[in-house]
Amino acid sequence: MLQFIIRRTVGAIVTLFLIGAATFFLFVAAPSDYASLACGRDCSPARLEDIREALGLNLPIAQQFWDFMSGIVTGRDFPDGHCAAPCLGQSFYSGDMVFDTIMDRFPLTLSLTAGAMIVFLTVGIGAGMISAYRRGSAIDKAATGASMVLSSMQIYFLGPIVLLIFVYSTGWVEDPKYVPFTEDPFGWLAGLWIPMAVMATIFTAQYTRMARASLIEQLAEEHVRTARAKGMPKKYVFFRYAWRGSLIPIVTVLGIDLSALLGGGVVTEITFSLQGIGRLAVQGATTKDLPLTMGVMLFGAFFILLLNILVDIVYAWIDPRVRLS
Amino acid sequence: MTSPTKAEGSGSTVALDPELEVTSEVTKGTKKLEGRSPGQLMWQRFKRDRTGMFCAGVVIFYFVVALCAPLLTSISGTNPYTLYGQDPTYADRPVLDDFGLPLGYFGGVSADHWFGVEPQYGRDLFAMLVYGMRTSLFMALGVTTLLMLTGIIIGMVGGYFGGRTDYWLGRVTDFFLSFPQQLFFIAFMPVVTAFFVDPREETPTYFRALAILIVLWLLGWMGMARIVRSTVLSLREREFVEAAKVAGASPGRIVRKEILPNIVSPILIQFTYQLPSTILSIAFLSFAGVGFVEPTPDWGRLFAAGAKYAEQNPAFMFFPGVALVIFILCFNLLGDSVRDAFDPKSGR
Repeated sequence: MLQFIIRRTVGAIVTLFLIGAATFFLFVAAPSDYASLACGRDCSPARLEDIREALGLNLPIAQQFWDFMSGIVTGRDFPDGHCAAPCLGQSFYSGDMVFDTIMDRFPLTLSLTAGAMIVFLTVGIGAGMISAYRRGSAIDKAATGASMVLSSMQIYFLGPIVLLIFVYSTGWVEDPKYVPFTEDPFGWLAGLWIPMAVMATIFTAQYTRMARASLIEQLAEEHVRTARAKGMPKKYVFFRYAWRGSLIPIVTVLGIDLSALLGGGVVTEITFSLQGIGRLAVQGATTKDLPLTMGVMLFGAFFILLLNILVDIVYAWIDPRVRLS
Repeated sequence: MTSPTKAEGSGSTVALDPELEVTSEVTKGTKKLEGRSPGQLMWQRFKRDRTGMFCAGVVIFYFVVALCAPLLTSISGTNPYTLYGQDPTYADRPVLDDFGLPLGYFGGVSADHWFGVEPQYGRDLFAMLVYGMRTSLFMALGVTTLLMLTGIIIGMVGGYFGGRTDYWLGRVTDFFLSFPQQLFFIAFMPVVTAFFVDPREETPTYFRALAILIVLWLLGWMGMARIVRSTVLSLREREFVEAAKVAGASPGRIVRKEILPNIVSPILIQFTYQLPSTILSIAFLSFAGVGFVEPTPDWGRLFAAGAKYAEQNPAFMFFPGVALVIFILCFNLLGDSVRDAFDPKSGR
């Protein structure tokens, strides 16, 4: 177990380094940089050189990259202050420390993603379970139909509809806003439940379909049939034999879906005009803000890799045949 | 949850062998027993699936609409670029009120403007939608084909050669999979566009299309590569491949004649799932404001505008949204039907 975690961590660090390198060099290779953008249309070479020097863009590219990457471990010193250990540089555009900006914005995206995940894992798998247990019944047909239609919905279509019904026309709910969970858990939920529900609805529909299909497949397995044939009660067989096995493909897909999940959070926050990490990515990209883009990409990748390791541990726990080696 | 290896069971390679095709021709003449290729069997099963046939019809209809967009707009007499609300030529037929909101019911639906008009500018929604579908569908078709081909080649090389090649290709695949996709799309669209055009100048639409193509292609091929790799891996050990090897067939021939025909079904199934998801990715880019921009008509851009106008004029979102949901729904159902047709064992 420990060995597994160590090995995966090393792998994740290498991957993060490579993602950082890919982001950095792609960004730098583009013919225009922040300095020429900031300098404007009629820009004197002397002024351009000044801006470049102030931002450290005049240094050799390899050194810029090394400064950035080593800064994450050791911290960096900027003319206007020190940037402590997980330092992702200083934004060209606003001059803020990128790590602080991300820490400021990420809780929102995390809230949306985590909130939706709790809902779709419980409701989705639950609905799929009932559906498969009472296969062919009215409940099953309703659940299958609804999940089919809802999984074809898009956050950016469903979101405005929900806003229109609950906020604009009836005024039952206030515009979605973010209140930190630590400050006010109820305000947090009250402000975010609409975006969470919209995101969760679509993912729930997908996971209902998946859970149902997976359970039906499991129920047709030989060991399940044998257990039924030797007279075990249906419920017992269903939960002890089939259900556990049906979770395996779901966890596999969950592992693959992690980046789509974070992406869903990004789409949701853009749809509801909330200030999360997706907005930062748009901002970084449009202003050619290299440190900001690097920070957002690395942080997003870090989040996905971390969850991936967790999913693999859960996987081994559900399926004893999988050894963490 | 169909594993590709299972789907492969429905098509036996033997039936694809030209010699056996001949024998089946002979039996057909004498006993009236038809020999069917796996493709024919699949088609027969598919034809019996009414949902599948209906959805295939709907999907084809969408593509026809997209293809005939200029024809349709010439019938409706509108085009996606004219600002009917601001253009003085159309002053005698006002479409917008003083606040820039459409006159009439349901977003200004009228004989001239079948789906209503856009608030503020007064552009015709019908023309914008059919042209937008054209942009999205054909872009998606191009991107999907490209990334499927890449995935097939990489998966095939890894699965067939195995060993060190496979290991490194697998690492590269994992690396690309751990990219935060949507963030990457957003962050790199402007960068990739900047390779072609100076950002201070106007970017021509086809460069934007090219940039979208590159970004989606770069992060889209991994799923296909994984599926092809695992299928090829299991095929490589099968007797008929070994027989071909013993008979002295070159690797190129084995890949073309023995392996390719057997991975057609997982490829086709994956294609029917990949295409709608590519359409949604393109729409997402435009929605986030980094894909197609004004005035290029695009499906995703209509959602960005729809969300903007949702409060004053919700009807604007209705047509593009319903069209998209129907399309994606039918494509998903079609995908399920195709999978069932290839793999009758998977009962739903």
